[in-house]
Amino acid sequence: MKCYYGRIMAVKGVSLSVNPEEIVCLIGANGSGKTTLLSAVCGLLPDWTGEMEFFEQSLKGMEPPAVVRSGISLVPEGRLIFPPLSVLDNLKLGAYTMYKKKAADTVKKDLEYVTGLFPVLKERFDQPAGTLSGGEQQMLAIARALMARPKLLLLDEPSMGLAPMIVERIMEVLEVLRKRGITIVLVEQNALAALEVADRGYVFETGSVVLQGSADELLADKDVKRAYLGKDYGDFYDAV
Amino acid sequence: MGDRSQKIIYAVFVLAVILLGWGIDNAYYLQMLIFIGINTLLALSLNMLMGYAGQISLGHAAFYGIGAYVTAILTATYQVPPLLSLPAAVCMAMFVAWIVGIPTLRLSGYYLGMGTLGFGMIVHIVFREWSSVTGGASGFVGIPPLTAGPLTFDSERHYFFLVWTVVLLAIIMCRRIIDSRVGRALRAIHDGEKAAAAVGVDTKKLKLQVFVLSAGMAALAGFLYAHLIYFISPGTFGFVTSIRIVTMVVIGGMASIWGSLFGASLLTLLPEWLHAFSEFEMVVYGLILMTVMIFLPRGLTRGLLDIYERYRKNNDR
Repeated sequence: MKCYYGRIMAVKGVSLSVNPEEIVCLIGANGSGKTTLLSAVCGLLPDWTGEMEFFEQSLKGMEPPAVVRSGISLVPEGRLIFPPLSVLDNLKLGAYTMYKKKAADTVKKDLEYVTGLFPVLKERFDQPAGTLSGGEQQMLAIARALMARPKLLLLDEPSMGLAPMIVERIMEVLEVLRKRGITIVLVEQNALAALEVADRGYVFETGSVVLQGSADELLADKDVKRAYLGKDYGDFYDAV
Repeated sequence: MGDRSQKIIYAVFVLAVILLGWGIDNAYYLQMLIFIGINTLLALSLNMLMGYAGQISLGHAAFYGIGAYVTAILTATYQVPPLLSLPAAVCMAMFVAWIVGIPTLRLSGYYLGMGTLGFGMIVHIVFREWSSVTGGASGFVGIPPLTAGPLTFDSERHYFFLVWTVVLLAIIMCRRIIDSRVGRALRAIHDGEKAAAAVGVDTKKLKLQVFVLSAGMAALAGFLYAHLIYFISPGTFGFVTSIRIVTMVVIGGMASIWGSLFGASLLTLLPEWLHAFSEFEMVVYGLILMTVMIFLPRGLTRGLLDIYERYRKNNDR
């Protein structure tokens, strides 16, 4: 598929697949088209051509609310929580589509479930979300996305600007979620952290997929090592 | 705010309305209070749109005018009873809002402001130029008093109670919307439309719905205004009025239901009090508005609450 911003082609023809209950990560530098791809999946960027299917249902022309209802939730880049609203209201907003189905009881159960994953949120229920720390905000964004009961969870740079310990905690939660049957697509610049939890990965470069494979293969790949895992150029060439 | 304090506030409100209604005999004061009620409805309607959903409208007086003119034309020209012209006036405004809203609400920020401004101007010109129907620039005369079955609202006191009952109902309705799932979604749109869409809020539909609701409430205010004064003219529903409604919301407090009441009261009473300054009236008026915005940037309600809380903290120490 290809994606456009006006006349600019940001994703130049990529094809990828995700299997149920798999963690797939998309890595690549700034501007390589990862976020664009996620926006297109969620219906936030309607300007794309090609085919996109979710459980044999085409996502063509779907508006964001319909996408969420079909079971895809996005944890957007930069978290995009609602700062003046309380933590509880943020979570309830995540369940917006659930309330529409008149499933208030389910929402209550889900609230307990997500606060079980991130206990710190419960302590801060009545606080405006903007007063949380960066890590807590990221947890809130993930919890909010889970409130819609997604089958597929898309995460856009969840590690951005966070301490390594918190990144580790978030990656642990992703593994827990996968065990509970949620499929995860993880977009990351922090390639090492992402590849450690992922099963498979795709490497993006200026709008195309240049490499794909299992996480272990990618971790071992020379090019990936050089470009994204911070191995020194010198080391690399000496070794060759 | 808790349930209990909410109930206390409502009780105080109802008590104040009853006391003022029975206690005041001066027709001028009663009329001032009626105007405050009508302006509160206007401020409330815009606050739902602007304060909560974050969508600016600089053409709100148009809906106010549509409400007034539709009922004037129906009751005076076609002798329709006011009870029937009320739904007609409100529905007309809501219908116009729906038509206008579909293209306009795609805009945001300043652009939405410009779009609604243009809409307000067009409606104002229609009121002024379509003389055969609206009476043109000299206005529309001979609107009958409000009657509902055996009741006739032709005394100030009766009208006072009518208007403030409507205000109370409107406040309760808005409160219920704000506290619901939809209210949360509106505030989410205010914060970030993209993020709201990402959690599954149908932002386009919801914005249109709140716009239509807001127009309906403004038309209700116009209806009450027309049957109070028995005379309307295009000047009342022009750009200046739109700006005054925006000012009421901002001064009273964005996203604050009781703030609409305070904002409307201040902006209605201030010009009356300032008559004493004669030619300096507008200067003092402007100065007061500037002072409020500089020292209480979040509006009267929030600002005064902040001062009270700071005072209490200092006393605790």
